Amino acid sequence: MVTQILWPLATLGGMGILFGLLLSYASKKFYVEVDERVALVRECLPGANCGGCGYAGCDNLAAAVVEGSAKVSACPVGGAAVAEQISAIMGLTGGTDFEKVAAYVLCNGAEGGAREIYHYDGVSQCAAAAQFDGGPKSCRFACLGYGDCVRACKFGAVTVVHQQAKVDPDKCTGCGACAAACPKGVIQVTPVKMRLTVACRNTDAAKKVREVCARGCIACKRCEKACEYGAIHVAGGVAQIDYAKCTNCGKCAEQCPSKCIVEKI
Amino acid sequence: MGAFSDGLARGRHEFPKNAKNSFVFMCFFSQFTFFSLTYVFFYYIVYPIKHFYGKQVWKLKSLTFSGGIHPLAEQDWKAATKASPLRVFAPASVVIPMRQHLGRPCAPCVKPGDEVLLGQMIGEPASPRDVPVHASVSGKVVAVEERPHVTAGMMLAVVIENDGQDKPDPSIQPRSAAEVEALRPEQLRDIIRDAGIVGMGGAEFPTHLKLDVKGKVDYLLINGAECEPSLTGDHRQMLENGDLVVKGAVLLMRACGAKECVIGIEGKPDAAEAIQKAAEGAREVRVLQLKVKYPQGAEKMLIASVTGRKVPAGGLPAAVGCVVDNVSTAVAVAEAVYEGAPLTRRSVTVNGAVGQPGNLLLRIGTTFRDAVNFCGGFVGTPQKIISGGPMMGTAVAEPDVPVTKGGSGITVFNQITDPVTVEGNCLRCGRCVEACPLQLTPQAISEAYLAERLDLCGELRADLCMKCGCCTFVCPAKRHLSQTVDLAKRALAAQGRR
Repeated sequence: MVTQILWPLATLGGMGILFGLLLSYASKKFYVEVDERVALVRECLPGANCGGCGYAGCDNLAAAVVEGSAKVSACPVGGAAVAEQISAIMGLTGGTDFEKVAAYVLCNGAEGGAREIYHYDGVSQCAAAAQFDGGPKSCRFACLGYGDCVRACKFGAVTVVHQQAKVDPDKCTGCGACAAACPKGVIQVTPVKMRLTVACRNTDAAKKVREVCARGCIACKRCEKACEYGAIHVAGGVAQIDYAKCTNCGKCAEQCPSKCIVEKI
Repeated sequence: MGAFSDGLARGRHEFPKNAKNSFVFMCFFSQFTFFSLTYVFFYYIVYPIKHFYGKQVWKLKSLTFSGGIHPLAEQDWKAATKASPLRVFAPASVVIPMRQHLGRPCAPCVKPGDEVLLGQMIGEPASPRDVPVHASVSGKVVAVEERPHVTAGMMLAVVIENDGQDKPDPSIQPRSAAEVEALRPEQLRDIIRDAGIVGMGGAEFPTHLKLDVKGKVDYLLINGAECEPSLTGDHRQMLENGDLVVKGAVLLMRACGAKECVIGIEGKPDAAEAIQKAAEGAREVRVLQLKVKYPQGAEKMLIASVTGRKVPAGGLPAAVGCVVDNVSTAVAVAEAVYEGAPLTRRSVTVNGAVGQPGNLLLRIGTTFRDAVNFCGGFVGTPQKIISGGPMMGTAVAEPDVPVTKGGSGITVFNQITDPVTVEGNCLRCGRCVEACPLQLTPQAISEAYLAERLDLCGELRADLCMKCGCCTFVCPAKRHLSQTVDLAKRALAAQGRR
């Protein structure tokens, strides 16, 4: 009777000891060296896995930062605070080069600009509406306002007001998901400290632009002449600001006859 | 324990000895044998033969396919135009887009100020897989610029002012019957390509590519179904140009190497009679009347109805030994081969809220506005103008778009009687699944697309959708099923390209 209890105990106990020894040997033998900084960096990152940095997720970015292939300021979501934490972990001195960026809708056509030329009653998506002659707006470059960007934004920063998307720069993290989702390509991610932008993408000739929208860029080049720093140029039928040269002086906006150079607030 | 097993054993031994039970057993057994042998006979002998030959002889049910919808006779809107003969119309100026086929746009080979002749090539094809574009009137080129296009948004187009004289290009030379007899299949295909002929049912696929089949072709199917509501252009072509349809069919057969030709006509007894009469001389051409059901005119549905064969998912009709061409294409082929005339005009039905709805034989490049004005102008304010019919057509943003080679109709609505304001919630009734002629699950694909699950859309084979619109038509909740499935299909194609 006693042996009937002892034998199983001895067998199970013996097997337990055997497997325990095997496992402890294997964990020593096949140990993978992990840089402890990867885990520390990963803890600093927001963990939204938005892909705004260009990597597949926060884990991949953390590995890339430690490896040295990504900058400590690569996470657009975390901002300067996260960049500083990461640079401390990485032992870097001299601060970070983080620059807060935000998306902006380059269309000024809401409320009296571009008209609705036909009534669209299909699926409420910009990509769907854009299939019918570029969308129901008179200007073929206009923001359609069906909110593909709203659905793409993981941070609730985009809203549609008066049939046009609007980005809240405080909530925006600059990940660029909205710009990728926009079928008209009117969303641009720009540095926040640069306060001016050309809010029009219409590359057509001046006469055509005037027909479709009162606030379109007519490529008159007055801004180009007004700028003392050579920061704004008309290229391909529409004015563009070179933010490396821009000083926020605002002279181009004063000269613009269509008032399509606007402050990004 | 022991008593129970004894009883079972006794029962088993006694069962055959009982005369009554034995009779019941035998009856059951013989019936079982009969049914199983019948099953084996049909399953392994009759059906394989039927499948292998796919011949009409074996079909006992009516000529149709599974799925689809049955519009009521009053709802097909054909009554207004089916008795109206084709009227010839050439407008004061034409806008000829440089892309009127499935492929790369042509390069314009004329410039503003040039005088062009009727049938002169004005757009050079980019490769031998593409087809050229010809002037549909004689006159002066006034502009070569971007103009609105039905499907492409804006497209480079040649605008020609009509001088009203229709001076033909010297290259247009008729061929004698003997000359046509001597043409080889590849020569026929070259003539068809140089005449700029594409699928005129609406797909605009270059016909010469469709005819160039590597394997064996059993059937050439001429599509006279015209199942789309409100369109009657093909119906009139068959009634008025029956001989050309049959001539074209014979030429197409020679060009693709088909052994037999079937002209499938949905309903339309008068057209079937006219074609039957025209086909009396041609032994290999058969005329079949098909059951009225939408979308009978879809390529795969026509093949299923006529031959019983099923085109594999994502495959071409050539995979089951079939080539399908529209009746208008057959007429264009006959004109190109016998008259030497390139494709410059087509039958178009102008229907709906217009003064006199009717069928026009109009020049390619006629704007919708000109065509409607010729038919008595708009009645009331047009609310929606559709290129094609109400089921598969595309709404156009403005009436100045030109009719292209694939444009079979202009349908005008001046009031939307049943506007779709709000999409309802899905009732899970499954009517869209029943209606889908391709056996897809439109609701599931739509839901997956709206949830941004493209992988699921791919698994549900959204790429097979042909946009017939049956799902949207039957949906009691008025959901945009067809449009979302089409969007899913486009997104999948874009993903594949990436």
